Amino acid sequence: MAMPSSLLWAVDIFGRVYTLATTGQYWELCKDGQLEFKRVSAVKQCCWGIACDHQVYTYVFSSDVPIRYQEETYENQRWNPVGGFCEKLMPSDRWQWSDVSGLKHQQLDSFTLPSPHWEWESDWYVDENIGGEPTEKGGWTYAIDFPATYTKDKKWNSCVRRRRWIRYRRYKSRDTWAKIISLEDPSQLPDPFNDISIGGWEITDEPAGRLSVWAVSLQGRVWYREDVCHHNPEGSLWSLVATPGEVVQISCGPYDLLWATLWEGQAIVREGIDRNNPHGISWTVVESPGSENGIMHVAVGVNVVWAVTKDRKVWFRRGVNSHNPCGTSWIEMVGEMMMVNVGLNDQVWGIACDDRAIYFRQGVTPSELSGKTWKAIVSGRESDRSQTGSSTSLLSAGCFFSDEVRDQANSIIQSDGDISSDTESPRVPPNHADAPLSGAAISSNENNADSQKEVGAHLAVDSLDSAQEEANSTSSSSEKAGLEKPESSVDQDTHPAELQWTNIDLKEAHKNPVLTSSTFRETSSVSSLGLFPVGIEEPYGTDEHPFWAWVSGGGCLVDLHSPLKWFTIQTGLSSSVQSLSLSITPAQTAAWRKQIFQQLSERTKRELENFRHYEQAVEQSVWVKTGTLQWWRSWKPHKWMDVRVALEQFTGSDGVRDSILFIYYMHHEEKKYIHVFLNEVTILVEVLNDSKHSFALYTPERTKQRWPIRLAAATEQEMHDWLALLSMSCCESRRIQGPPSHHAVWSVTCKGDIFVSEPSPELEAAPHLIPCDQMFWRQIGGHLRLIECNSQGIVWGIGYDHTTWVYTGGYGGGFIQGLASSADNIYMQSDVKCVYIYENQRWNPVTGYSSRGLPTDRYMWSDASGLQECTKVNTKPPSPQWSWVSDWYIDFNVSGGTDREGWQYAADFPASYHGHKTMKDFVRRRRWVSPFPESSNEDAPTARTEEGMDQLQSFAFYGGVPNLFFVLIHLATIKRETGK
Amino acid sequence: MHYPIGLLFDLHASNTALPWNITVHFKNFPEKDLLHCHSKDVIEAHFMACIKEADALKHKSQVINEMQKKDHKQLWMGLQNDKFEQFWAINRKLMEYIPEDSGFRYIPFRIYQATTERPFIQKLFRPVAPGGQLHTLGDLLKEVCPTAITPEDDEKTIQVMIHGIEPMLETPIQWLSEHMSYPDNFLHISIIPRPTD
Repeated sequence: MAMPSSLLWAVDIFGRVYTLATTGQYWELCKDGQLEFKRVSAVKQCCWGIACDHQVYTYVFSSDVPIRYQEETYENQRWNPVGGFCEKLMPSDRWQWSDVSGLKHQQLDSFTLPSPHWEWESDWYVDENIGGEPTEKGGWTYAIDFPATYTKDKKWNSCVRRRRWIRYRRYKSRDTWAKIISLEDPSQLPDPFNDISIGGWEITDEPAGRLSVWAVSLQGRVWYREDVCHHNPEGSLWSLVATPGEVVQISCGPYDLLWATLWEGQAIVREGIDRNNPHGISWTVVESPGSENGIMHVAVGVNVVWAVTKDRKVWFRRGVNSHNPCGTSWIEMVGEMMMVNVGLNDQVWGIACDDRAIYFRQGVTPSELSGKTWKAIVSGRESDRSQTGSSTSLLSAGCFFSDEVRDQANSIIQSDGDISSDTESPRVPPNHADAPLSGAAISSNENNADSQKEVGAHLAVDSLDSAQEEANSTSSSSEKAGLEKPESSVDQDTHPAELQWTNIDLKEAHKNPVLTSSTFRETSSVSSLGLFPVGIEEPYGTDEHPFWAWVSGGGCLVDLHSPLKWFTIQTGLSSSVQSLSLSITPAQTAAWRKQIFQQLSERTKRELENFRHYEQAVEQSVWVKTGTLQWWRSWKPHKWMDVRVALEQFTGSDGVRDSILFIYYMHHEEKKYIHVFLNEVTILVEVLNDSKHSFALYTPERTKQRWPIRLAAATEQEMHDWLALLSMSCCESRRIQGPPSHHAVWSVTCKGDIFVSEPSPELEAAPHLIPCDQMFWRQIGGHLRLIECNSQGIVWGIGYDHTTWVYTGGYGGGFIQGLASSADNIYMQSDVKCVYIYENQRWNPVTGYSSRGLPTDRYMWSDASGLQECTKVNTKPPSPQWSWVSDWYIDFNVSGGTDREGWQYAADFPASYHGHKTMKDFVRRRRWVSPFPESSNEDAPTARTEEGMDQLQSFAFYGGVPNLFFVLIHLATIKRETGK
Repeated sequence: MHYPIGLLFDLHASNTALPWNITVHFKNFPEKDLLHCHSKDVIEAHFMACIKEADALKHKSQVINEMQKKDHKQLWMGLQNDKFEQFWAINRKLMEYIPEDSGFRYIPFRIYQATTERPFIQKLFRPVAPGGQLHTLGDLLKEVCPTAITPEDDEKTIQVMIHGIEPMLETPIQWLSEHMSYPDNFLHISIIPRPTD
């Protein structure tokens, strides 16, 4: 729901570029599908690649920040007695048009766009601001002579003057592949390119968006692209970096690691890369793990180096870090790969030799950089939903492998793109009539300029429907899973990869149109065990999944806490069984072998099937927080009693955390406890009374009983620690994270705290409606009196001081800050709440109005209803976050009016009050008011509407709120401003 | 003598309903019957001794002796931390043989019989017959434990179990040794009475 999506890039053997979002399930064809690529190297903001024409291209994502560059030149003039200041300069002077130093001649028309990917934003104009201050008279600054100190005022001795002309150019080729055009002398041009790697964005922040782009040319030379940064996404020129031998391949990490491989099979490591010298200084040679098989491929991250040797074995370099970029020794890893790639957080992807599937390395953590196992990504391509891709791909494959550049290739891919967008419509389930959703899905495939993000937002619009769609597509995706699970290496020798890709096209003829679901289940469970012999896979063929040539994860941020949807569910995959299949020698189809596999899979089934609901003992981690709190005990006489509290958090085998809160107490000298499963908790609220820092914990059952678990901590800090932790645990066990969805139900408590509930698809689904007492509410920081939302995720609220607020999309804040908060969009919120108490008096014949009432009367100091006694002394702020702004004063602004002393009169309590005394009045009251602002340490994900105006699209307020009129006027002003 | 837990299961519980209920004793260690491993180091040493013994049979200890200390460590760490890949990266070398030999020198195996008092049978057995023919599991049993072979006409009263399954007697012993050995590189074969239904 919340994790920002990032992309994994890959190229298939036909040269088509696909991206797979971390939140996605399908490979999507790159929007600009005109070109076929050999290599890609991606980072967050862009991707560089080498197309099959051996030229380098860059694909810059569109974003809110424009890429613009300011060109400037100076116009210089000298004073002469005849014509005053004029263009005639002395022979020793600078040119009439020059750069700031005066050393370079630059006329306005000498400026040209650096490449076709730029456009001018406007024409040249004079910059009339000097040092932030506007100058008059055309932006001139004066000096005695060139070069000197320029002032904006003309003096008697000002003999020269100059002014600055500026013009902006803007990079326009975003969301498309832009060819890198070299402006250098053709004789200096690099030969055709062979490999590219980008990284180095963590070396230095200056200039913004700086990247190290390294490329290898066919002749084995290494090139560095100078000046690649945000405002110059193409860089300026290629500079040659000398190497000790011919280089085949290069890999550049996010920081200072840079490795390359030589033809001879050694690796070379660049040393001396730092912020002052991103090129580095020298190369150091690292020998390959074995003398007979040289290194073919390297991939580096921040602190890791992976390599593939010519026999396809995968190696991990031990001991690599900033101080020792060469590392110490090689460790051999299981698996045979064509190539590996290291992405963000040193996560690793590889393309396996035997099936050309992309594998993601599981369990790579900072402490465990080598990870645990390879797991195949079985996501299908969007286009796989139809069977149209194959016939064209044969042709484009031919182009790709003959390594020729043909214009024809463009048209082929073009038609391919058309087909895939045509075939999109059946992808949307027919019973699914949600227009925006399907619209988004289609538009994203029509190569529109819609950014990925936008599509994500559209999909999130309707969580109910998308959930439904997910349910609809589950069956089909599980089918895919069965088919697309790359086969184990059982038959690797009998089916070399080269043969397999031709199979793709042969496959078309004998497609299996109908397969019963039971068959699928069997297939998928068997193939996930990875040990079934050849026999069973023959009917389905091995060629349903894409064959990959290259993968790049440099822009792909895998959040370890959010599960990826790239893999099938591999329950009961015991690693020993899995690896067994890796080491099986081929061509053994004897009966004994089949029987062993069958027995093993039966055994696994027998051992695992019935115990699936058991949590895995090894994988599970338990984390406990204990403490001492007070508990409002559940038996009479009710009172606070000291208890020990323990929160046990455990991670199930499915990666979902769940928690139980235990409360241990003594009852009649006997140790007892109660426990609450946090996934049953419906709400956690602060309760402020008795000056205790307490909170209550509700479950559906306890809501019915009207008896929440009430706990109190010794200090406010301690209470907030517990609340934050419990709140986070509740969200985790319900798999809620990030900001509320657009469907969230918002509410405020009578104290002004803001709570949000995520509706589940069942909420309104008859006949099993979710009772409202089972809805889970989580607190969002901030403080409001009234809140209103719409289905587009726009949330507005009104504070107690009638300020309007708009929700900024942040989450956390308040006491939750730091634990599960968003990094930005949290602002300070302050609020002022007025508390009214009433002074009541009754007339008696002796003393007139006095504070002596009848015994039946209300309290002489009360609330508006008269039922609660509210004196100036006993009225306290609702929570410690509030403090009084001023002392009590009389409020004259009461409906019905008051007299000069603020009194309102009536015949009796309670009745309608009016502002003047009449004969029939026997009682009077006046209102005292004292505002208190919420203390400013409350951080909330809300912004004053004035700041968030551009987010405003529509709003609606209703409800019988006093002073609503005022609020509406206030809003109306804002609306007008926005309308401009 | 310590048995791997999978073997204990095969021997004593292979036909019982799962989960297997185990009684864990914290007192009265049977010092007379079992080697008491007082520390992790002892267990590691015991494990490595098994692997070395197996390699002595397979390769005259050549492979294990060529390995470095860190490789030995990796075997153990891989096992200890349930990291199969780490373990297998090294163990794979122990499972290789020169193609000309078409198998190990001797197969490291142990046969356990639930029905007898004898702890286990361990003899020298070559995977390949002098004629170049591959020996099978059946050949092995015939030679070292003939009682495990049921004559063809009789009703089968015993089971030959490895890793909870009954491989066919035609299975080549070399293949079993490569693929069905326990982490200690031994093929632990249990011979247990067949359950009477």
